[in-house]
Amino acid sequence: MSSEWPLWEVFIRGQHGLNHRHVGSLHAPDAEMAVNNARDVYTRRNEGVSIWVVRSSDITASTPSEKGPLFEPSNSKVYRHPTFFDVPEEVGHM
Amino acid sequence: MYAQMVKTDGARVRSLDEMDPVERAFQERIDAGQKIEPKEWMPEGYRKTLVRQISQHAHSEIVGQLPEGNWITRAPTLERKAILLAKVQDEAGHGLYLYCAAETLGVSRDEMYEQLHSGKAKYSSIFNYPTLSWADIGAVGWLVDGAAIMNQVPLQRCSYGPYARALVRICKEESFHQRQGFDILMNMVKGTPAQKALVQDALNRWWWPSLMMFGPSDDASVHSAQSMAWKIKQNSNDELRQKFVDQTVPQAEYLGLTVPDPDLKWNEEKGGYDFGEPDWSEFFAVIAGNGPCNAERLDARKKAWNDGEWFRDGLVAHAEKARSRRQASRIAAE
Repeated sequence: MSSEWPLWEVFIRGQHGLNHRHVGSLHAPDAEMAVNNARDVYTRRNEGVSIWVVRSSDITASTPSEKGPLFEPSNSKVYRHPTFFDVPEEVGHM
Repeated sequence: MYAQMVKTDGARVRSLDEMDPVERAFQERIDAGQKIEPKEWMPEGYRKTLVRQISQHAHSEIVGQLPEGNWITRAPTLERKAILLAKVQDEAGHGLYLYCAAETLGVSRDEMYEQLHSGKAKYSSIFNYPTLSWADIGAVGWLVDGAAIMNQVPLQRCSYGPYARALVRICKEESFHQRQGFDILMNMVKGTPAQKALVQDALNRWWWPSLMMFGPSDDASVHSAQSMAWKIKQNSNDELRQKFVDQTVPQAEYLGLTVPDPDLKWNEEKGGYDFGEPDWSEFFAVIAGNGPCNAERLDARKKAWNDGEWFRDGLVAHAEKARSRRQASRIAAE
């Protein structure tokens, strides 16, 4: 039985000036083939100007069950949003 | 439908009160329209049902390349050939998006291939029919992709994030498939009487199998009710079939074709067509492996997989060699 090709996560920059965005994953034997395959699988209709591939096993993800404690610290800091502050109408645009 | 008759394991759909707190919280998230993402807790039945459904869907895309691949070398013009190639390439892409979505549920692509090749996993019954003339390529795009769109559009709202996102990509591309099919037929019906007869013959053969794509009536099915509760199915099979007939019959009339159903009649009251019942014994025979092309399709898949093994292995060997070379040169430089 042959060994299975590793899984790669694919990130595509859709247009100049935008961030690369995760679009999906694919299997490939190495990084170079992963880029080639990503072109064929994810950019058949000019969806991208640049491709990143990262081995899925190299990605460290936060744990869904720790979502609460992980993001809680920012929940209580509503003053980080400008809408927290009332600006009197006379002051005009700020 | 590309995934027909997906089983869910449960005997009946349980109410919120019967669920333990974790499962109840999960169901409430689904009821609230939230997406479930990989690695989040999910009931084993939900995971298994999704693996079955997504892998069936993926297998259908991959096997679906075969009836059309038959005509790539026989396309009537270079342009038609290029278009058909692009369409078949899309089907491969759709299969890959879906396999990756299924892989987020803890099953590997090679395992899914193995299930397809051993006959354990199913794919849509529709791909076990032969494509006998060029008109069949038109009919497949128009009817088969048309039926697939009917099914896939609501599935974009499926509760499982990776599947829903794969379907958004698929639906964007699917419309091209249906239109290229219809375009082939529009051209052929304007041709000679013999060409038009080919189109009618293709419709005669593909009409009923297309209606069967939606699967048998599932209004009384526990599996279907559970899938709907989990929001991995949005509409009943009959609902989608009705929509498909209502949409397709006027298109057949536009082409000047006769739908091969003596019971087909507009029903003013319900605002839709009444139509006959497909031959479900044929459907079950095809699902069980006894359709006209089941053996041929699976053999072609297995041959492609087995013949490609040396190449896949070669690429792995090359990748490993390149990696050890890089490592060696790094050590030498240090």
